[in-house]
Amino acid sequence: MPEIRNYTLNFGPQHPAAHGVLRLVLEMDGEVIERADPHIGLLHRATEKLAESKPYNHSIPYMDRLDYVSMMCNEHGYVMALERLLGVDVPERALYIRTMFDEITRILNHLMWIGTHALDVGAMTMFLYTFREREDLLDCYEAVSGARMHAAYYRVGGVYRDLPEVMPRYEKNQFRSDKEIDKKNEARQGTLLDFIEDFCRRFPGLVDEYETLLTDNRIWKQRTVGIGTVSPERAFQLGFSGPMLRGSGIAWDLRKKQPYAAYAQMDFDIPVGQNGDCYDRYLVRMEELRQSTRIVQQCVDWLRQNPGPVIVSDHKIAPPSRSEMKEGMEGLIHHFKLFTEGYCPPPGEAYAAVEAPKGEFGCYVISDGANKPYRLKIRAPGFAHLSAMDEMVKGHMLADVVAVIGTMDIVFGEIDR
Amino acid sequence: MNESAKKASEIRRETLLENLNKRFTGDGFASSLRLGELTLVVPRERIVEVAGELRDNEAFQFEQLIDICGVDYSQYGRSEWTTDTASFTGFGRGVGAMQGSSAEMQRFAVVYHLLSVSLNQRLRVRVFVDDQHPMVDSVSGIWNSAGWYEREAFDLFGILFAGHQDLRRILTDYGFIGHPFRKEFPLHGQVEMRYDMDRQRVVYEPVTIELRTLVPKVIREDNRYAEGSNKPQDPADA
Repeated sequence: MPEIRNYTLNFGPQHPAAHGVLRLVLEMDGEVIERADPHIGLLHRATEKLAESKPYNHSIPYMDRLDYVSMMCNEHGYVMALERLLGVDVPERALYIRTMFDEITRILNHLMWIGTHALDVGAMTMFLYTFREREDLLDCYEAVSGARMHAAYYRVGGVYRDLPEVMPRYEKNQFRSDKEIDKKNEARQGTLLDFIEDFCRRFPGLVDEYETLLTDNRIWKQRTVGIGTVSPERAFQLGFSGPMLRGSGIAWDLRKKQPYAAYAQMDFDIPVGQNGDCYDRYLVRMEELRQSTRIVQQCVDWLRQNPGPVIVSDHKIAPPSRSEMKEGMEGLIHHFKLFTEGYCPPPGEAYAAVEAPKGEFGCYVISDGANKPYRLKIRAPGFAHLSAMDEMVKGHMLADVVAVIGTMDIVFGEIDR
Repeated sequence: MNESAKKASEIRRETLLENLNKRFTGDGFASSLRLGELTLVVPRERIVEVAGELRDNEAFQFEQLIDICGVDYSQYGRSEWTTDTASFTGFGRGVGAMQGSSAEMQRFAVVYHLLSVSLNQRLRVRVFVDDQHPMVDSVSGIWNSAGWYEREAFDLFGILFAGHQDLRRILTDYGFIGHPFRKEFPLHGQVEMRYDMDRQRVVYEPVTIELRTLVPKVIREDNRYAEGSNKPQDPADA
């Protein structure tokens, strides 16, 4: 009789399917998982502690670096908490710009997710397809903020600047033929809004393309159907939010239930799963891609018609324009005071949550009246999801762990903070 | 539609506040509604009982625990910029220190954020914990998601959770000493590590970096232009 005993397997933190720096200690009986113990914190940068030693505005770029595939949604949570503390009313145009970029961010995030999730599970092609579309959306980020990823575009009281009139184009170069470059520039002849509208026009067709590769694919279904099933009751207990909650059949979406920005004016649907397994969550997110496109289209239509200010005119909170600062004494003083001392919200506390692509992203800010936060707590959706790892993979095979990590849409920037 | 939705949520909040006041009376309970957010202060001994009530009572139905946040109130209203020179020469917290001492306030707090999906309402629950025995009962039996959040609060603040199944450190390094989010813990930490070629392993050493002032220096008075002034230069200008 050979002696059979459980053994422990160390998965990550350098494993490519660990989505960053996840270290999983797996206790296994043959190839079946008995217990999974995620070790996190390898990317811990103490964002919350750093924020305590900086004026409020300096922490906005840190938010980009939390969940680094849904950058602007994180900024949104942070500035919303501060706006509530300060009692600022954001101009309507800024709300629509935020809504539009939140949804662009959601598409960006879900494209990244489906690309890597499919790659982990064995479908290489998806990754190449989705990164093609991500490139276009990152160009939109760059057009408004100057940065492809870490935008720092949302500011307290609005957004940094209005949408550009010209969409940047590719320049002629020696590596590609002129014809090819002209083709790439075709959609970029007009404004940013024209470019986004063109994207919205072709994107649903591209989602169809992704779905032909996966939705009825036999291997994909074998790898995801019935894997990591979570019942609605357990989903509540485990603190799930976003697509993870909706995949388990609960129609809960902050954009509908507690609308912020301009979501109350938007017409869109909330997809809900039935079985709570990886496949249902996949379907939910694919449908969210389509719904996000709808929202972006509605925002584009509104933004075309309604010009206006994009940030509050209170110069205690938002800087004056460049010319005001250069020509007027008052503007200069405001500019100087704002960028040295910042602003002081009244003592109090506020929690603001947004429906980030991964779930509920919240910022809890405690102010003691100073020009820096007394305490900032970031509620990252992935943290709660990852804590359910043990329960979700128990009894599954080792290969399914990878599928479960994929379906959770883990990004370590936000989990470790 | 927007206006009516806003009104409905306001009414919901007020009803909830009323219910909370009705249900939780007695010593140590306090509730408030500020900036559209409800806060309930709960005495430390009764948190598990109250949590169960909040989850199961028809009027509350908080089936989800969104977040647990530790807070160190020791510097509240007095926190300054941790720098030797900058605040001395004019850069400060922007407002004066708060009046009154925070001595009677307990040092730590555990803040729970709850969400009711069925009634679409939120609640913040706060439990104060003193410095001597920073211990509170674990709510992981009521909401399973509390497990990791409590580990985090323990790791960062040293608050203990009685009855927690697996209270280990979570975010900091293996073998870390101290609780980094306490206000007295320096921003740059205590140790740094590097790979030592001679010993063929990673070694930990006391930090060599110094705290830098990350804020621009503000000079309020420029002595050069003061008339007939022989005042000595500002020490930070030298």
